[in-house]
Amino acid sequence: MPRPMTITEKILAAHAGLEGVEPGQLINCSLDIVLANDVTAPIAIREFRRTGAERVWDPERVALVPDHYTPNKDIKSAEQAKTMRDFASEQGISHYYEIGCMGVEHALLPEQGVVVPGDVIIGADSHTCTYGALGAFATGVGSTDAAAGMATGETWFKVPASIKFEVSGEFGEWVSGKDLILHIIGMIGVDGALYQAMEFTGPSIDSLGMDDRMTICNMAIEAGGKSGIIAVDDTTRAYVESRAERPWTEYASDPDAEYARIIEIDASALKPTVSFPHLPSNTRLAEESRDIWVDQVVIGSCTNGRLEDMRIAADVLKGRKAHDRVRLIIIPATQEVYRACIREGLTDIFLDANAAVSTPTCGPCLGGHMGVLAAGERAVATTNRNFVGRMGDPASEVYLSSPAVAAATAVAGHIAVPEDLE
Amino acid sequence: MKFHGTAHKYGRDIDTDVIIPARYLNTSVPEELAKHCMEDLDPEFVSKIEFGDILVAEENFGCGSSREHAPIAIKSAGVSVVIAKSFARIFYRNAINTGLPIMESPEAVEGISDGDEVEVDADAGTIVNVTRGETYRAQPFPPFVKEIIEKGGLIEAIKEKVSTR
Repeated sequence: MPRPMTITEKILAAHAGLEGVEPGQLINCSLDIVLANDVTAPIAIREFRRTGAERVWDPERVALVPDHYTPNKDIKSAEQAKTMRDFASEQGISHYYEIGCMGVEHALLPEQGVVVPGDVIIGADSHTCTYGALGAFATGVGSTDAAAGMATGETWFKVPASIKFEVSGEFGEWVSGKDLILHIIGMIGVDGALYQAMEFTGPSIDSLGMDDRMTICNMAIEAGGKSGIIAVDDTTRAYVESRAERPWTEYASDPDAEYARIIEIDASALKPTVSFPHLPSNTRLAEESRDIWVDQVVIGSCTNGRLEDMRIAADVLKGRKAHDRVRLIIIPATQEVYRACIREGLTDIFLDANAAVSTPTCGPCLGGHMGVLAAGERAVATTNRNFVGRMGDPASEVYLSSPAVAAATAVAGHIAVPEDLE
Repeated sequence: MKFHGTAHKYGRDIDTDVIIPARYLNTSVPEELAKHCMEDLDPEFVSKIEFGDILVAEENFGCGSSREHAPIAIKSAGVSVVIAKSFARIFYRNAINTGLPIMESPEAVEGISDGDEVEVDADAGTIVNVTRGETYRAQPFPPFVKEIIEKGGLIEAIKEKVSTR
């Protein structure tokens, strides 16, 4: 009889061909999907060539998404995107997404059914942990790990211990998954889950839709986590059924599985939360931050650029205008989200609020393009990192928040909660 | 592997955005990346580093993005080894895979001050502070990881597997 296991241990054991695994064990795992983007793929491709492999292990299991500096922001970026495009064509990669079909990778792959429950996924992007929301094991790696994965369909892992977050209580109005994960990072710190898997459970998690769940797992890396994961339930099934391009497998933690820590959280006590510069763990309540005036608000990214995020932003912005000193940039994360925004009338609300609405791109989140900050400027963003220089000049500042707080801030001109606008 | 150089000491949570800002990620040329290494944290870094010098930092070095440009920039800037109390996990893997030696040693980080002369024996897992006459122990790599390093990085380590496919 194998020892009781967590969901993470079960997925890893199954992909390592083992009956059981335990934290600390080094294993060799088969991979279901290997991902890279226009920043990380050029190095991965160079390293892939060095392995001596001529073909990727499976052209249907490699996903290449040009999203960081696209539509190409300059000549060097264009060359990087071209390197990836040429490789995709040479290798017959079926999951390559050209401009016009493209989306921000971690919104795109779940939406297109490329990643499914029970998968083991590595991606040369730290926010690959997003797919844990589907009940998969997904983790960020560097380009060389991605290259080795593309060549062999395997990688090595040290089995992580798990931290269980048991969340109960009803979320208040305008309180979202983003507020929960910012609260958690504020509580345990940016290395509070270092090398560990973060498992989110409890009735409050069950009550959340997939978009909120993806926001939560997306930011596991900001606590140092190897992965974030939420077990499959009816909400997951309803999301995956119409999308999955492969059959999937559901795993769940044994009731007596061992955890490094169990942390209980009361969702009803949470309030809209903001991370101050220059660490995601530097959290304060939005209602205590009204003295922070801002120059720019960005709503989008792999963290909060999905349809539910757009709907919340529109709820707040409806009939209102951005403050005349605030540049409001809204970026639906995929073409599907973009189209839904138009169909549901959200785009009109955004345009009426004087927002710039952009085609999908990671652009401003990493200070790449489409909203770079000057020295001394401040932004509130629904993104995931607020390190020094993250969104532009090293003397600029980024405050992280939910779409509701970001939209309210855009209208008020300073950090605000939606109730402030009434 | 043995290293000898001057220590340059920094704080905790040194993230990949300050190691190599994203505005330079439109290239992966090591020499280009090296020019901007750590510039948002310490604009003097690149001019201070002499070939073989040692980077010392507190907890969670390399947190943030998965960009392999970060260890590549550090290595190309001339740093021989990074000693920290702990490393963020993606950076840890990337350093091993790209051949940037790293060592986890809280006691060495406590004992070493900026500007100290330091000698490192990575195989023995010892760090000697020549300036202060102290010796510290580092965490040895797990054997599995050591094997990757000994083969010269991950790509070399998997070549055999690829050729037999």
